[in-house]
Amino acid sequence: MNRRFGSRHFYLLLAAGGLLVLVGLGAAHYMEENGHIVTGMNNQVVWGLPHVFAIFLIVAASGVLNVASIGSVFGQAIYKPRARLSGLLCIAMLAGGMMVLMLDLGRPERVIVAATHYNLHSVFAWNVFLYSGMFAIVALYLWTMFERPMNRHTKTVGILALAWRFVLTTGTGSIFGFLVARQAYGSAMLAPLFIMLSFAWGLAVFLIVQSALYAWQGEALDDTAQRSMARLLGVFVAAAFYFVLVLHLTSLYFAKQSAFQAFILRDGGVFPLLLWGGYLVFGTLVPLLMLFHPRFGGPRSTLLASTLVALGALAWLYVFIIGGQAFPLDIFPGFSASSTFADGTIASYTPRLAEWLLGLGGIAVAFVLTAVGVRVLDFMPHDDLASLKPGIDKGAA
Amino acid sequence: MSRGHDTGARQALSGRRAFLGLAATAAGGVLLAPGIHLMEVARAAATAGVSPGANPNVRWGLLIDTTKCAAGCNDCVSACNTENGLDPRPSPTTAQWIRKVELREIKTGRTHSLPVMCQHCAEPPCVDVCPTGASFKRADGIVLVDRHTCIGCRYCVMACPYKARSFVHEPLTEQRADVPRGKGCVEGCTLCVHRIDKGGTPACVEACSNAGHAAMLFGDLNDPTSTISIRVREISTMQLRAELKLDPGVRYQGLGS
Repeated sequence: MNRRFGSRHFYLLLAAGGLLVLVGLGAAHYMEENGHIVTGMNNQVVWGLPHVFAIFLIVAASGVLNVASIGSVFGQAIYKPRARLSGLLCIAMLAGGMMVLMLDLGRPERVIVAATHYNLHSVFAWNVFLYSGMFAIVALYLWTMFERPMNRHTKTVGILALAWRFVLTTGTGSIFGFLVARQAYGSAMLAPLFIMLSFAWGLAVFLIVQSALYAWQGEALDDTAQRSMARLLGVFVAAAFYFVLVLHLTSLYFAKQSAFQAFILRDGGVFPLLLWGGYLVFGTLVPLLMLFHPRFGGPRSTLLASTLVALGALAWLYVFIIGGQAFPLDIFPGFSASSTFADGTIASYTPRLAEWLLGLGGIAVAFVLTAVGVRVLDFMPHDDLASLKPGIDKGAA
Repeated sequence: MSRGHDTGARQALSGRRAFLGLAATAAGGVLLAPGIHLMEVARAAATAGVSPGANPNVRWGLLIDTTKCAAGCNDCVSACNTENGLDPRPSPTTAQWIRKVELREIKTGRTHSLPVMCQHCAEPPCVDVCPTGASFKRADGIVLVDRHTCIGCRYCVMACPYKARSFVHEPLTEQRADVPRGKGCVEGCTLCVHRIDKGGTPACVEACSNAGHAAMLFGDLNDPTSTISIRVREISTMQLRAELKLDPGVRYQGLGS
């Protein structure tokens, strides 16, 4: 019996998480029975809120593994004891994201078809390989970390996992990067942008979970370790913002894209609001202030900054996925168009309850897997404070 | 005390390992077994009926003369809805395989009315992106969706530059026997493949002709003697979003400035 996580709280949390998972599954069943008519999606916005949650979970799953890579591949002492938790979170979020993606299919019962019929030209089909491969590699990675005789292989498998996660996030970004049809997508920037976003989102999720675990245990995280990780999150958030900025700047420079940029940055109602307010101010600038300003920087500021980064991520994805579809296709350049099929019209989309519940169900799956994982196996970071100090000095130098 | 605790911990760990191993094996079995069964069923079905297949020497196409297409006339759309059993009441969630688009040139104010449907590209993005291969192009150039392998991911809807695909949002009733459809699948203009395979023409083309407009011409683009080939050789026509180099099988006449 793991003495650290008290039984009463554990079962209470597990029951709450399990209930949310069941509610999410119920929502998916409701969607499957009635069709997507019960969602806010339509023939203009075909990927809705479930995709926002699913892509957040999958991108963050890839990024959260950075913690393990920094420890076992690059040998940073602070991160080494956190590698196991990082691996567990990766698997948990990947499972949550995959569940949402699969249950949002028009024919979720045919998911087996996706495993038996491959079109190797499809970025989606590559991702089926990449996601299932990620599960296998991270499971192997965890095995090398848990099983003492296997410890000597940790670095090798860690390098493989690092390379795989780069390819995986390249694949996720390329789902959109390879779409030539729409103004919002079809950019080579998207693969590196998604990688950088994954760094920030993954570390933010890691820091949230780590805070929760330490609070659960009644322990305090070493101050130096906490500040170091907070700074790293700040660097990742700033770098991700740089890529977002360049994506918009390149797009603004092309005359054919200017109408779309005007829509997403100024005229598009909820989209500019979420982009400027949700992503830029609350998801980027406020967290940067809290992570770097000398007045802040404590555990509470880091937790709040991490939470804002995660919420900002959802805001950015909403703008990117829904806003990108809401803007009409430019099939007839130089003409204004109208039809019964929303040609030339901004599409409207309001997510319905079933979509929220399915998306939250995906997060609940990640939560339940993580809670069970930390309860039955030893995923909790154990800092060796004596060895930590020289490691930090070395890392800082 | 300490040794007893260690032994207990080791036993617990070994029990957990055995449980994890068993769970992994069971999960693998549950995941793989239905797939293996389905593959056997599919193989048996594939050998059951042999069809002669589409003619690879043919490239079916359409030429739409926008100067003859009348604003306000919706006959092609109505014919498509009737032929394929589609809901005639357009809404954001109903399937529209063909739609009338009203255009107004921003600089000059010149107006056009024209039908837009699947452009049956030679290099269709919907076929490229489909993860299961459900979106496919027949040997004669008709782009279709295999309703048995479409999982409803809607990636093809995202990828189509012509917005020619619809997702079935609701359970369907009163389907036409020749035109299988299904809730949760993506669909689009089939060029009335069930009519073409019997030597007929698409319903929209027939309706346009019956209405006296004859703005739609159907034929084999690969046959240099066909009317459509002669017309596209002799007059100026254009492909929508030609810069994407998808080589659509549908061409438009009269849209150029």
